[in-house]
Amino acid sequence: MRRILICLFLFYSILLFSQEFIFTAKDKPNDDGSAILIEWDASDYEPDKIILERQDTKGNFLEIKKLSDFLGVFEDGNDINAGKTYFYRLSLYDVVGNLISQKSAQITAEAQWFNTEKISLLIMTIILTAAIIYFIYSARSGKELYIRKISGLESMEESVGRATEMGRPILFIPGTLDLDDMQTIAGLTILGKLAQKVAEYNTKLLVPVCRSMVLSTAKEVVEEAYLKAGNPDAYDPDSVFYLTDDQFGYVAGVDGIIVREKPAANFFLGAFYAESLILAETGFASGSIQTAGTAMPSQLPFFVVACDYTLIGEELFAASAYLSKDPHQLGSLKGQDLGKAIFVIVLLIGVILEIFNVHILKDFLSLH
Amino acid sequence: MKRKIPLIITFTVGVLLIIAEFIPHKPFGTLSGELEEWFLVISGFAIILGQLSLLKVNTFKIKYKQKDWQYSIITLASFFFMVGFGLLWGTGKSSGIFGHGEVISAVIGIKPFDYLFQNVYQHLQATMFSLLAFFIASAAYRAFIGRNLESNLLLIAAVLVMLGNTTVGGLLTSWLPESLNFLHLPKVSEFIMTYPTTAGQRAIMIGAGLGIIGSSLRIILGIERSYLGGE
Amino acid sequence: MAKRKQIDRRWIFLLIFLGVALPLIIKVGLPVEITKNVQMVYELVENTPKGSTVLISFDYDPASMPELHPMGLSLLRHCFQRDIKVVFTAMWPMGVQMAEDIVTTLKPDFPKKKYGVDYINLGFKAGGMVTIQSIGKDLKKIFPEDMYGSPITEFPIMQDVNNYNNIAFVFSLSAGAPGIKEWVQIVSDKYNRPTSGGCTGVSAPAILPYVNEQKQLTGLLAGLKAAAEYENLVGKIGSATSGMDAQSIAHLIIISFITIGNINYWRKKNKQKKDRKK
Repeated sequence: MRRILICLFLFYSILLFSQEFIFTAKDKPNDDGSAILIEWDASDYEPDKIILERQDTKGNFLEIKKLSDFLGVFEDGNDINAGKTYFYRLSLYDVVGNLISQKSAQITAEAQWFNTEKISLLIMTIILTAAIIYFIYSARSGKELYIRKISGLESMEESVGRATEMGRPILFIPGTLDLDDMQTIAGLTILGKLAQKVAEYNTKLLVPVCRSMVLSTAKEVVEEAYLKAGNPDAYDPDSVFYLTDDQFGYVAGVDGIIVREKPAANFFLGAFYAESLILAETGFASGSIQTAGTAMPSQLPFFVVACDYTLIGEELFAASAYLSKDPHQLGSLKGQDLGKAIFVIVLLIGVILEIFNVHILKDFLSLH
Repeated sequence: MKRKIPLIITFTVGVLLIIAEFIPHKPFGTLSGELEEWFLVISGFAIILGQLSLLKVNTFKIKYKQKDWQYSIITLASFFFMVGFGLLWGTGKSSGIFGHGEVISAVIGIKPFDYLFQNVYQHLQATMFSLLAFFIASAAYRAFIGRNLESNLLLIAAVLVMLGNTTVGGLLTSWLPESLNFLHLPKVSEFIMTYPTTAGQRAIMIGAGLGIIGSSLRIILGIERSYLGGE
Repeated sequence: MAKRKQIDRRWIFLLIFLGVALPLIIKVGLPVEITKNVQMVYELVENTPKGSTVLISFDYDPASMPELHPMGLSLLRHCFQRDIKVVFTAMWPMGVQMAEDIVTTLKPDFPKKKYGVDYINLGFKAGGMVTIQSIGKDLKKIFPEDMYGSPITEFPIMQDVNNYNNIAFVFSLSAGAPGIKEWVQIVSDKYNRPTSGGCTGVSAPAILPYVNEQKQLTGLLAGLKAAAEYENLVGKIGSATSGMDAQSIAHLIIISFITIGNINYWRKKNKQKKDRKK
């Protein structure tokens, strides 16, 4: 009996001492040193309460979190600064509130100089940028680059001619987003070319905008275009004007202009949301020639239905190169095409690998 | 010089932001956020330009009795009413020059600005958006004509999606046995939206993404300058 | 575009008006079937532990109310039913009012839910993407006060909420930009936290690519139909389900017009063929 009791005592002692709980503090990788990762596993103890504390500047441990799970990872991002060392303590309590076990850890927060999670993005950026820059500069050799016909842009001359014949104005809408959107800038570059033609034909141009920053840029673009066309006196500073920042207020304003002024040609080039069809259908009803272009996939069907010509996605961004015929700009389009070819190849390889349950490529390309 | 300074700024900021995407270390990690905040501050000030343009264009129209000048009176009146009410009695919990306007609020229930906002502005907005329903109907009538193979496919897909999105669509094929559940109209509609539509959308998004990269590089390198008003 | 001889648009508009208006007055009550994306959103809420905190962003204005408001209402009802704490934000100025309206509507059904304990409205913050990004660093720095101007540290609900790591999931009710896309790009892609959303039917095709294997979006409530489905899942029928009758009838009218358009086209084509033979 005594032997059995001794054995049992030894067994429980070993069991108790072999119970270990894991508690580590690690610097969060790929960040600016503003977070610490706390990892714990107290599943052997199954405590009633787990308290995580952090030492303050006076040396006192203050509770920062009551952890509800027996194991897990907690990210402490509260007032963590790069280069500083932090002390953590994890305490396990039983139902009565007695301390079962306690562990502490220290860690220095560090900021990284390279985010390793974005390595695939970096590789793709380098390949794509290199391809575009290579073709931009190789275009210097003077070799003629082929670019397929974009009807929407070819129609510009026809629209301006029609407006001149009919004595009606041309309406240009550079989208409803601000200057920080690339589509707005693409729209404004086309406005520059259009305004030049309008200035040559001496036709009236109307550019209502819904962002103040776009207003000042559009004014500058149109004024320069008139100057370049050698007809600066024809420039009317009030042809570019602000309506409102409000989406549907702007739509109401533009619709009013379409109904009253009956423009011969409407250009909707930029970023659009739900207003796209309201604008395009009103233009259709007034009998204008309509050209639209956007990179908003959900609005493209509406423009395709209601407009005569539609620039789909990348065509909007290619417009400037297409209209200027500048070999440098056309070269960049060729670079983009190479990028597209690379994407298609990577996609195909990815699909094949996934079919065979190999996830290397997918994992590499995932940003998480 | 007028062109060179903006081009230098564009190049420096553009390159810095591309690099910053891969460097979490300060000051790179917060650079993009900081610059976007600058943009917000500048656009806040630019709003004044917009208001001035609105006032100028409409005042001129009234002054010289240009075509449809009467509409400009409504525009300016609405503008001054809203700005005036907001300035005099404030909006929401913030007070105006004359405090909270308790006397007026007692009559109409809320502050004058909020009253107009909730009872006029909100309804005008909803009205404009609801026009979409009418325009979608007339555009669909014109667009979905089966002229050739492609347009027939588009027509069939459109009708299936539309039916699948209605409660009637579900009722029409509810009699189908479990083994033919994939032909159930809401399932067919979901399939079309999830696979062919999404695939098409992704293709456009990838193309547009490449277009944005190409345009951005042209601007950063100073090849594309028309947004500055010149070649 | 060739302008063919067509039905006067005003007839189409009139029929659409009647088709939408009448079912709203005379309720039909057609049944609604649950789709996969809606089920995913429902399960996301169901699998969120009680007592967790979630963030719902109201990124829309009155123009999109008919579609997005019922979603917000059902989602908040579901969260309250499951004792999930909710933090409201708005990336659109008028989103604040939308959130307030939903809370006021639900108040009689959940009288025990307390402001600052079970839910809080942090109000509107300009900046879109920048704001969303900054919440990930320090929420309390971006929203030091709630929409009424009280410091958020005073409220029990905000004690443990510092950034996305303390949020079970983020849900954006979005009518455009900033909206779901921006939340996905930051919360899901950068912080790897569950993100979901609701959008208008018209913008659904652009958002659907984010509901993928990588779970950039965990389900999506797209348009009025999804709102109606969610109402049915939560067990409280509301305006979306009755609105579905109107939408169904409007769709049927559109299909009828498409049919008429095609018949006209074929008749015209046959006539031209016959004329040519003559």
